[in-house]
Amino acid sequence: MSAPQRLADGEAILAIRDLNFFYGDFRGLIDVSLDIATNKVTAFIGPSGCGKSTLLRTFNRMYDLYPGQRAEGQINFHGKNLLDKKQDVNLVRAKIGMVFQKPTPFPMTIYENIAFGVRLYEKLPKSEMDDRVEWALRKAAIWEETKDKLQQSGLSLSGGQQQRLCIARTIAVKPEIVLLDEPTSALDPISTAKIEELIDELKSDYTIAIVTHNMQQAARISDFTAFMYLGELVEFGKTDNLFVKPQKQQTEDYITGRFG
Amino acid sequence: MNLYSRRVLTNRVGIVLSMVAMSFGLIALMWILWTLFYNGFAALSWDFFTQDTPAPGSEGGGLRNAIVGSLMIIGVTTLVSTPIGILAGIYLAEFGTTSRFAAATRFVTDIMLSAPSIVVGLFVYALAVATLGGFSGWSGSLALSLIAIPVVVRTTENMLLLVPTALREAAFAVGAPRWQVSLKVTLRAVKAGVVTGILLAIARVTGETAPLLFTALNNQFFSTDMSQPMGNLPVVIFQFAMSPYDNWVSLAWGGALLIALFVLGINILARVMFRKKSSD
Repeated sequence: MSAPQRLADGEAILAIRDLNFFYGDFRGLIDVSLDIATNKVTAFIGPSGCGKSTLLRTFNRMYDLYPGQRAEGQINFHGKNLLDKKQDVNLVRAKIGMVFQKPTPFPMTIYENIAFGVRLYEKLPKSEMDDRVEWALRKAAIWEETKDKLQQSGLSLSGGQQQRLCIARTIAVKPEIVLLDEPTSALDPISTAKIEELIDELKSDYTIAIVTHNMQQAARISDFTAFMYLGELVEFGKTDNLFVKPQKQQTEDYITGRFG
Repeated sequence: MNLYSRRVLTNRVGIVLSMVAMSFGLIALMWILWTLFYNGFAALSWDFFTQDTPAPGSEGGGLRNAIVGSLMIIGVTTLVSTPIGILAGIYLAEFGTTSRFAAATRFVTDIMLSAPSIVVGLFVYALAVATLGGFSGWSGSLALSLIAIPVVVRTTENMLLLVPTALREAAFAVGAPRWQVSLKVTLRAVKAGVVTGILLAIARVTGETAPLLFTALNNQFFSTDMSQPMGNLPVVIFQFAMSPYDNWVSLAWGGALLIALFVLGINILARVMFRKKSSD
């Protein structure tokens, strides 16, 4: 029903067209179409249950793990439809990484947390692997805190550090897109600020899609914002425009705190 | 009688009844342990560990052959049931959550968990002993494995189901195929629980007598040949305890004490391991 909301400028790395999502018989996403711009931050906001996380989880086919969940439509990535049955899902996930709401370090050392994902797709000699681990930890701004305890368990870090470790782990695989599913909602304000700074630095190398229920956060860090409600994409545009001059009444009501 | 004093009275009666029930169980347990320790320690000596089971009517003797036999049979049982049990547990928890085959496996495992061990012994007797020509340590291990595997399967599955969904999704999110997610991430996350399950399975089969009666039988002489009948503690205890010879009865007590201490040790080890991991 809604026309594709194309970008005014910039190249789209993901082109989502007429995407519908089903949890069994329930339709969680309704005809969603939008573009995700390369090397920009795109934020998804909306009240709980609006489908923003569901949408994010279609980008890396995370829903595939659960029988009864399915997506229809198109998510074009380098000319291929990600939803295609023949698509190698593991390869998609290596190219489109994801960081979750709660920090989820693997039950292994800090070093192994990073190396685990890298080893899946690259055979690196020890020295190169060391370099890659250091590179990823530096990128995620956690190298200084962890360089002396790489052989300790990832679970020994604080919550905020664990989350940056998870970001390091994700970018170590060298993805093109990083999906962040409410990455700061379980963190304290200082850790949150660090992650936000990090997102700003990462966008020069990666395309970032972030789901957040914190509108200020979306306004602070994103270039584009999508407002979703009841499974539909209500409004999508440049963050500055959407927050200052929303086109739809629903968007205005939400960002001014009248509901949600 | 007012409401308050009626409640006080009910409370007292309740406490007294539960104390009686508790002391009934506790006294029985203490009695068993006391008798076991009293008679068992009396039998322990250097000879007990270095000599083999004595012939009828001869003096002294020890349980060397039975101890070594039991350790070998249980060792092989552990080596067989651990990989099979863990892999089946992984299948049930990670791969076959909804398949019909998994549901059937789960059902059979539950039945096996409560199957009388003598039935398992009889089954292995009919399957391996009667057809392959004779009692052997191998068939003893086979029978014990059939008892241990369901325990390992169930604990592994239950532990894996406790892994938070987010951790599993996170492992998939870096592009890991399912088998790597299972073996390297989720199984590792519940390592302590799975090891505990294996230890409890060992503890469970250590005292099993019925399956060995039909399979490993017994051997009066020292033997490390698993293809021959093999001495083992439970069957020796069974035979010696009912014998008319005093030294045999004494050896049976010693053997019983040994098994009890072994199982106690394993249980303590399991608790320590689990607690250490859970507090991480």
